[in-house]
Amino acid sequence: MAGHAIETSGLGKLYRLGTSRRGYGTLRETLVDAARGAFRRNGGPPDPEELRTIWALRDLSLTIDEGETVGLIGHNGAGKSTLLKILSRITEPTSGWADVTGQVGSLLEVGTGFHPELTGRENIFLNGAILGMRRDAIRRRFDEIVEFAEIAQFLDTPVKRYSSGMSVRLAFSIAAHVEPHILLVDEVLAVGDAAFQRKSLGKMDEVARQGRTVVFVSHNLAIIRALCQRAILLEHGRAVADAPVEVAIDQYLRALEQAASEDLLVRTDRDGRGWRDLLIRRVEIREHGTGRADVLVSGAPVTIAVETTESLPNTECRLTVLNALGQPVTTLDSEQPAPADQRDADLGRRIECEIPALPLAPGRYRLDVVVKAQRQIQDGLQAAAFFDVEPGVVGERPMPTSGSDGDVFLPHVWRLPG
Amino acid sequence: MIDAVMEATTVHPPERVRLQSTRGFSRVASPHELWRYRDVAIEIARRDITVRYRQTILGAVWAILQPVGTMVVFSIFFNRVAGIRSEGVPYALFSLAALVPWTFFSNALVMGSDSLVANSALVTKVYFPRVFIPLGILSAGLLDLVVAFVILLVIASAWGHPPPVQVLCLPLVAVVTVAAALGITAALSAVNARFRDVRYIVPFATQLWLFATPIAYPSTLVHGAYRIVLGINPMAGVVEAWRWAVLDLPPSWPLIGTSAGVSALLLVGGLAYFERVERRLADVL
Repeated sequence: MAGHAIETSGLGKLYRLGTSRRGYGTLRETLVDAARGAFRRNGGPPDPEELRTIWALRDLSLTIDEGETVGLIGHNGAGKSTLLKILSRITEPTSGWADVTGQVGSLLEVGTGFHPELTGRENIFLNGAILGMRRDAIRRRFDEIVEFAEIAQFLDTPVKRYSSGMSVRLAFSIAAHVEPHILLVDEVLAVGDAAFQRKSLGKMDEVARQGRTVVFVSHNLAIIRALCQRAILLEHGRAVADAPVEVAIDQYLRALEQAASEDLLVRTDRDGRGWRDLLIRRVEIREHGTGRADVLVSGAPVTIAVETTESLPNTECRLTVLNALGQPVTTLDSEQPAPADQRDADLGRRIECEIPALPLAPGRYRLDVVVKAQRQIQDGLQAAAFFDVEPGVVGERPMPTSGSDGDVFLPHVWRLPG
Repeated sequence: MIDAVMEATTVHPPERVRLQSTRGFSRVASPHELWRYRDVAIEIARRDITVRYRQTILGAVWAILQPVGTMVVFSIFFNRVAGIRSEGVPYALFSLAALVPWTFFSNALVMGSDSLVANSALVTKVYFPRVFIPLGILSAGLLDLVVAFVILLVIASAWGHPPPVQVLCLPLVAVVTVAAALGITAALSAVNARFRDVRYIVPFATQLWLFATPIAYPSTLVHGAYRIVLGINPMAGVVEAWRWAVLDLPPSWPLIGTSAGVSALLLVGGLAYFERVERRLADVL
């Protein structure tokens, strides 16, 4: 146990925006741009779109010791994934440096490099090598990998015939058996069914306790809290907190609430994948009768309204309700249609979601909003709004004021003897 | 105990790597890096070879069926209809000996130029020297080339043209072919990462290239000093060398020499461009 596993100094990454608006440019666009540029030199002002750059990571200096488990938290676009990408050598920093001691294994997405035509067995060797395992090491741990993934009967079946659950299990199992000195993990535990998630979590915990260095990105603060002793909070590419996990999480939660109370249009931590023909302007959560905003009562009818900057055809909306620790409670998705859904041109730039009887237990909740149009994610905001739920009556049954577990309270009826 | 397990299963002993922005040839031409990640190269090549003919009925027969098919078409149109002569050997053999290396080259271009994009899930999620991706395509193609070459020898021998001594020089010719193919493929795959237009240009351009190369016709159709100009096309020299090595046709050394030189330049230039793009590959894909 000696020395730093990771040390960075003045680490920065500059991304150019604008030119890659639609993912990738065609030759024609570049030629047109070049022609425009030639004309502009004769006097016109430069197109601000072309000059837009963003420091996804800025002047980051930190050290992580061997054997530490560190969580990275922050908004979307705060630089968490960029940092992991630099540490795993997928992309180069623009400025500064990072010293990394020991083999790095990255779990940035499970199933990376699976080839659908290859069998499970062939993919274990391919994926193992890609993740940094020697062939003889894979051979030695082959049985363990297969057993952990629970796919023994399907070893010689092409992966394209696997269910998504099976391929995710196999992918995670390979990744978990690589045993690098430093493991970088990005939100991968949100895979598979609940039983497998618990198993994966156990495996991660085991990895951490074996003295490996683990850097962990997740929006699920409960997982971060369970696995990490220390957390680093990133905001706009800078580390604003580097502290024991509880302290950093508290600071993050305060930052989240503050962001939700700001004008949503000024927020930069948006998830739009380059399409942005429409932005989320305002999110409003209201109880029907009382018209009270942001404080709701269990069992009451509630309307969630999302106002956007434009109205586009085929708009869809997805709302995710999360509890105070960032664990998802439920998702409401208009792409999953029901007969009672309506499309109404009079709504203009307003999307409404009605919940006849709010089945949430008392507590504080967060709302993530994604708006799609033309089959593309146009805009997404995490923590677009917060609301409190007070105890009420669900399905004619008053809620206990204390002593109930979980985030939901379901309407129900008992039949009891005598 | 845990340490012992870690040492045994991981690729490398703990080694400090400094990550910062790089310049020059530090990526493509770093023997240390290429060696360190050799297992990835092997697995990617193995994947490309395995996948190539999976779920096809004829499998590796396609390796010879492609050049033979083109040979039949050429025999009808260039030999029978247009009356192009073939320097004293049967026209079918004459064109087949050239079509075998050409098929390798054109397949490498078409499949290789799309390879980085086809593997973008990999490139944006894990690190390894990216040049392994076009190399994987080339190694799968090389296996095809060997199969096609053996069958070519069998056909030539049956036709009364047993392989001459200089057939032993073919590995050297193959090196020139691979150098040209790797240089061009690497560069094209890198351009394709940025501009997907390449995907549409390459299959069409290879068709034209086929006719610009003395495959359907002998290089002697071009006279004197112009022969060297012909050699700027690296495949012109490769084809000439193949006919010499397999059918014992008199070679034009200036032509072959020019092509070999151009191939070397293409290799260096192609890899240099690849290196430049590799640095920001994950950001543009």
